[in-house]
Amino acid sequence: MDGNLNALTTVFTEFYYWVTVVFMFLIHVGFCMYEVGASRRRNHMHTLMKNIMIIPLVTVTFFFFGWWIYWAFPMFPFFGGLDHEAASANLPWSENMATNLGDRITGVFWAAFLLFSWTAASIVSGSVIERIRSSALWVHAVLIGSVFWIIDAAWGWHYGGWMVQYLGYHDAYASGVIHAIAGGYALGVIMVLGPRIGKFAEDGTPRDIPPHNPWLLTIGIFLIYTGFWGFYAACNVPAISPEAIGGQITGETWTATNIYLAPTSLSAITFNFLMSLSGGLMAAYVVSKGDAFWTFSGGLAGVITASAGNDLYHPIQAMIIAAIGVVLVYKLHYWVERKFKLDDAVGAVAVHGYAGFIGLVISGFVLWGAPSSPYEGYAAINPVGQFIGAIIMFFVLGFLPGYTVARMQSAAGVLRIPEEVELQGLDYAEHHAYEDAKADIIAADKAALQAKST
Amino acid sequence: MSTIGYKDWAVDLAEVGAIYPFQGWEVAMTVVGVLFWLGWHRIQFVRENEHLEKARKMGDPEKVKSALERY
Repeated sequence: MDGNLNALTTVFTEFYYWVTVVFMFLIHVGFCMYEVGASRRRNHMHTLMKNIMIIPLVTVTFFFFGWWIYWAFPMFPFFGGLDHEAASANLPWSENMATNLGDRITGVFWAAFLLFSWTAASIVSGSVIERIRSSALWVHAVLIGSVFWIIDAAWGWHYGGWMVQYLGYHDAYASGVIHAIAGGYALGVIMVLGPRIGKFAEDGTPRDIPPHNPWLLTIGIFLIYTGFWGFYAACNVPAISPEAIGGQITGETWTATNIYLAPTSLSAITFNFLMSLSGGLMAAYVVSKGDAFWTFSGGLAGVITASAGNDLYHPIQAMIIAAIGVVLVYKLHYWVERKFKLDDAVGAVAVHGYAGFIGLVISGFVLWGAPSSPYEGYAAINPVGQFIGAIIMFFVLGFLPGYTVARMQSAAGVLRIPEEVELQGLDYAEHHAYEDAKADIIAADKAALQAKST
Repeated sequence: MSTIGYKDWAVDLAEVGAIYPFQGWEVAMTVVGVLFWLGWHRIQFVRENEHLEKARKMGDPEKVKSALERY
């Protein structure tokens, strides 16, 4: 770090990303609370453990190969080879991936991306509760968290990704690269997994399976909102000079940028986060007729719908786009449920997948012609590029791998828990041991009391 | 054509102000936003009225009593 300004910028950037990582941890806390609240009492511990173990499994695999994929794959395999030059510094045996006073940014930047990986995996986890084997889900978690989402990030969420260069793909706060892909992946898995026992009546009418603890769900989703705010900040580069960007920008004015190194500001995304949250909540309240959980989830779906363009939208545009997205998402969820008899336990496919897809398509029109990058020769943002991008995210990198791997697991008999276990509850053995231990210690205490009194 | 007024970023950022789409339409957007907000209140008032009318006829005296006991 030569010079005081450079040192200050580096340390500020390091601290900035570190703070976003801590905020984003709340997303995972929120997902855990939401899943446990939505599950029935007989499945609590299993549901919680299923989501908690995503953390270590995705973390180690993201260290071993996920982060390398991001730097190696921007043009691979369709428009060039692996970028070994950029990727070599991000191999698990590189000096940059360790305690190193010459590189203070890689660790926090890696961690910010890693927290996005947990989120992608956790989205899938919610839709499959109460009937998937943990072993099966954890394989999916590694695949979505450390392989497929990070491939999509290299292609469409990297300043040199081929989707940005040739399609003008623009997805500043990850409508597609996190939410559409994870929703599409979840859809692929639940198509093979099947619904929970009792979800559909004999005539095919869907039944609501109410959450056992509405308050846990509520606090969970509020924590997800909070973490999502941190996620927004994590998607930005906080302060960078035109010289460091090295693109077409002239002059010497420093700026915050989005992930593509194109100008935006923290103030802009704060306006737009709050207005899209509000538009989503208001529309969801109306369309769901005041259903509490759809209203809260609608706030999230609203932000997700507007996220692709929230670096550039006007706040009122963000609000209206969020509201439109939420109405479509709600209608789609129930149409798909009735038509295909799919059990998406927490509405994850809708709130993340459909909202992300719709958000990408809308942004193609609203931001038509805007530059996707500060570099020369890149395609401008356009509706066709955004639509193709949405297909790639939701179907190609999301739905197809989820469906294929779930089919393989199903054929091997390792996807779904046995029916007897589903009925008695996944925690039955633990509950049984807990009750036995309680009875044992109560009997011991009573015997001790009686011995003392005689 | 670019909805944000810039077709590329070959600019000096010291001279750049607003970069949102459809500049010049702020008043119209505000009108749409305010209509959305007022419309929401209108729908909510009507729906809550209907709900409360239905709800006042639903109460089973025994259940109401136990709800009062439960606090």
